[in-house]
Amino acid sequence: MTQTVKNTILFAIIALMIIYTGFAQSWNSALLIIAMGLISSIMALGVNLQWGFAGLFNVGVMGFVALGGLAAVLVSMPPTEGAWSTGGFAILGALALGATTVVAAVMLMKRMAAGTLRTLSVIAVLVIGFFIFRALLDPAVQAVEAINPAQTGYLGGLGLPVLISWPVGGLFAAGAAWLIGKTALGLRSDYLAIATLGIAEIIIAVLKNEDWMSRGVKNVIGLPRPVPYEIDLQNNPAFVERAAGLGFDPVDASTLWVKLLYIALFAAVLIVLLWMSQRALHSPWGRMLRAIRDNEVAAEAMGKDVTARHLQVFILGSAICGIAGAMMTTMDSQLTPGTYQPLRFTFLIWVMVIVGGSGNNFGAILGGFLIWFLWVQVEPMGLWLMNLITAGMSEGSALKAHLIESAAHMRLLTMGIVLLLVLRFSPRGLIPER
Amino acid sequence: MDLLNAFIALSNYVLIPGIAYGSQLALGALGVTLVYGILRFSNFAHGDTMAMGTMATILMTWLFQSMGLSLGVLPTALLALPFGIAFTMLLVLGTDKVVYKFYREQKAKPVILVIVSLGVTFIYNGITRFIIGADDQNFLDGQRFIMSARDFKEMTGLREGLAFKTTQGITIVTAIIVVALLFWFLNKTRAGKSMRAYSDNEDLALLSGINPERVVMITWMIVAALATIAGTLYGLDKSFKPFTYFQLLLPIFAAAIVGGLGSPVGAIAGGFVIAFSEVTITYAWKKVLGYVMPEGLQPDGLVQLMSTDYKFAVSFVILLIVLLIKPTGLFKGKSV
Amino acid sequence: MSNDPYGDRGNKDWSVGNAKGQGSIMPKASGKTHPAPGGPFLIGDGMTAGYGNGPDILHDCTIAVDRGEIAVIVGPNGAGKSTGMKAVFGMLDMRKGHVRLDGEDITELSPQDRVAKGMGFVPQTSNIFTSMSVEENLEMGAFIRRDDFRDTMTQVYDLFPILKEKRHQAAGELSGGQRQQVAVGRALMTQPKVLMLDEPTAGVSPIVMDELFDRIIEVARTGIPILMVEQNARQALEIADKGYVLVQGANAFTGTGKELLADPEVRKSFLGG
Repeated sequence: MTQTVKNTILFAIIALMIIYTGFAQSWNSALLIIAMGLISSIMALGVNLQWGFAGLFNVGVMGFVALGGLAAVLVSMPPTEGAWSTGGFAILGALALGATTVVAAVMLMKRMAAGTLRTLSVIAVLVIGFFIFRALLDPAVQAVEAINPAQTGYLGGLGLPVLISWPVGGLFAAGAAWLIGKTALGLRSDYLAIATLGIAEIIIAVLKNEDWMSRGVKNVIGLPRPVPYEIDLQNNPAFVERAAGLGFDPVDASTLWVKLLYIALFAAVLIVLLWMSQRALHSPWGRMLRAIRDNEVAAEAMGKDVTARHLQVFILGSAICGIAGAMMTTMDSQLTPGTYQPLRFTFLIWVMVIVGGSGNNFGAILGGFLIWFLWVQVEPMGLWLMNLITAGMSEGSALKAHLIESAAHMRLLTMGIVLLLVLRFSPRGLIPER
Repeated sequence: MDLLNAFIALSNYVLIPGIAYGSQLALGALGVTLVYGILRFSNFAHGDTMAMGTMATILMTWLFQSMGLSLGVLPTALLALPFGIAFTMLLVLGTDKVVYKFYREQKAKPVILVIVSLGVTFIYNGITRFIIGADDQNFLDGQRFIMSARDFKEMTGLREGLAFKTTQGITIVTAIIVVALLFWFLNKTRAGKSMRAYSDNEDLALLSGINPERVVMITWMIVAALATIAGTLYGLDKSFKPFTYFQLLLPIFAAAIVGGLGSPVGAIAGGFVIAFSEVTITYAWKKVLGYVMPEGLQPDGLVQLMSTDYKFAVSFVILLIVLLIKPTGLFKGKSV
Repeated sequence: MSNDPYGDRGNKDWSVGNAKGQGSIMPKASGKTHPAPGGPFLIGDGMTAGYGNGPDILHDCTIAVDRGEIAVIVGPNGAGKSTGMKAVFGMLDMRKGHVRLDGEDITELSPQDRVAKGMGFVPQTSNIFTSMSVEENLEMGAFIRRDDFRDTMTQVYDLFPILKEKRHQAAGELSGGQRQQVAVGRALMTQPKVLMLDEPTAGVSPIVMDELFDRIIEVARTGIPILMVEQNARQALEIADKGYVLVQGANAFTGTGKELLADPEVRKSFLGG
């Protein structure tokens, strides 16, 4: 059978599995799977761009997604009363000073001749700059965080419509990617994997600690939404009537409708990004990227600026992940830095890309849906399996309780087994690169 | 100016914890650097190998404790450690046979092995949580302190106390013994030299009659031992939680890279560099500065350069700085 | 299913993998030897061989060397000289022909087993353990020996006195000529029945080349036959007892070194008249 037929069948299988979930469990969970599947697909698309096209091993996806979430907060939340006047501008000033110090140090490194004088001057600049930075920053931060710490205690956002935060999230991620790329990709020795892993840790650490920016671990809740609230829908008589007409009660209908709206928005973004990626794939730019990927030495000999291209791809892929991060935070309506864990994010996305097919955009999307589906469904399936296995055991047996409890940990095990099986028997993934 | 008290405070909060943590990181980094040098890929599963080894040791410890065996003042875990090591050796050798060997025979590129090790991490993590659960486990018993802060203050009459935990002492002693044994093995024995040769030039090693499968087997066994010891020492010192071991990957890799990937000496140096950086940058220097500075200049605030939550971020910044200045690491990454 | 689904992706990233020292030899299965008495001490007889599933590089090529002899393989670039020696060593797929050593047919043996049978092979590049000391290199050379090899090591040091001076120095820090001496010394540690050298003077200055050739003659004087591929045809043929000129993978001219040097055909075609 041709590739297209095979791909359609694969997608159809996923669709069927989701529909089955809708019937077996609830339509709510099925729609949630689709929504999160769309977001995961977008992240997989971004990672696929970096890995499949350019061969860049980026293990810091979590950081870029978190930056997207931060953008959602900074753009859409209303500004906190009085925060800007007491400390906001001082904080910005301190940050600007910090950035200037780093730039000054970099320029000193480049301009001065190597030697003890340069090392000493750079260290002096950094140390003095750091202390002045802290002297300016700390009192301002304290002032801002003192404002109503239970509910706000941070600067707040710009109060703009939340949909704007999605591209802004992409911009944040792109900016961070530019910084990392300039250092890690431009260094003589490539250490991209460990550099991205570390940057992700730093971003999350900053998010968790700098309360003045996004409340840290106190979390920002109640983010504005682009879709109506369920309560409003339930109180809307026209909506209730139409729902009754279709046979749904108001609560169910409102949650389902909200999810459908999100799915429509996310699907629109996915289609746009997919179209752009496919165009890029077949464009001269895309062909050049793959030529570089397959034979870097030859490409360089032909005059292609490999580092610049790698940087471009790195920034684009990270921007896509940032957009997805903003979307995810919008749907959750809250920013919870504690949930950004590497096992949950970065490596899950990688499993999606590998299993789906690296180098193929449709593969990334398929992988996104498939792995997300498994990730969610393994827990109830595992529970069901455990109940089956322990059916013969006596009630109150410690082993039975332990086994049932640990069904929740089946997820990681299943992911690992899926990844190993795919790498062994179908290393190009389900939908290989053409 | 009270230098003696300042020094005691420094030792208590920075030097001794730094040396203990550095030893644990050094042992972890040694395992990573051996796999990198000889098997030629970055083993992302090392953190969870440590977790599996520690889990085995914990289970045996509980068994021994229930049987009434103990080591008196020393933790029972030391008695269980050889069994934990044996279990981990079987585990990694099995994983190698089932998973890695296939790719090695095809001369697969390192990046594939790294992604495979990711899958192995998931599986190890899942099994660990499945068997022992995801919560904190504390398996320390025996005497907690070789020298408690109170005893010290009574002995010396100083204001600052110096607490020297048993686990810290064990860590330092064990680390010294293990490192000495490892270096003796690599430099003085035929098998160790064959491993270094294999790492240096695989083709020539093959032509010299060195059996690659044997080299791989010995490497995994040493790595298993190092991982179990490092994990158990860390678990005794702090506590055992499967997620923490995965997080330890970052400082361990940072230590190995800072020291120069592939160089055992580098791994040890890197371990201490990272450990001391983390401890000194997140320590509140107010107390020590209070003793050292003259009256007028004593600090008001905590004088903590960065808060403790930035610990892992510090490892990375140190790593980045070293990579910017000396990309191959401190010890030029010579092969094992 | 290809063994390389991701091509070279991600492999320039040093935090991912270690490309240093990675090998390319796939360990081959080994067969048995058959007795084959008579004939020269070492002979690669009528070899037709190529790499993997590729085309034939050698066409019915014969190379032989007797005890105490120095045999030299010369020829233009791409003639298959190194390939001929690698075929004798077993690193190629031999489609036709046999290799016999000391009365045994070793055609089916893997290269490692041929080392055990007494073949000493010095590759052209990457022929020492650069991070290990000179003495450790020699120890690794004797890896397959179970007996006390200190006598052999003394012999090697007598042959290459500069190595004794630098024995605790890392082999990678030595000069080009000294590294070649380490490489040859390493091969001698197995007390081989025959020594095979692939372009030993490649990339070495003329003075050092003369010295290397002197040492090679001394090794031959100890009774070990030497089979050598050389780019510097003239100097090599001057010390050779037997010379083989290969052109495009087949024997073009065979004779003693002196005969070949005097032969006008040989001189015209590639000795430069």
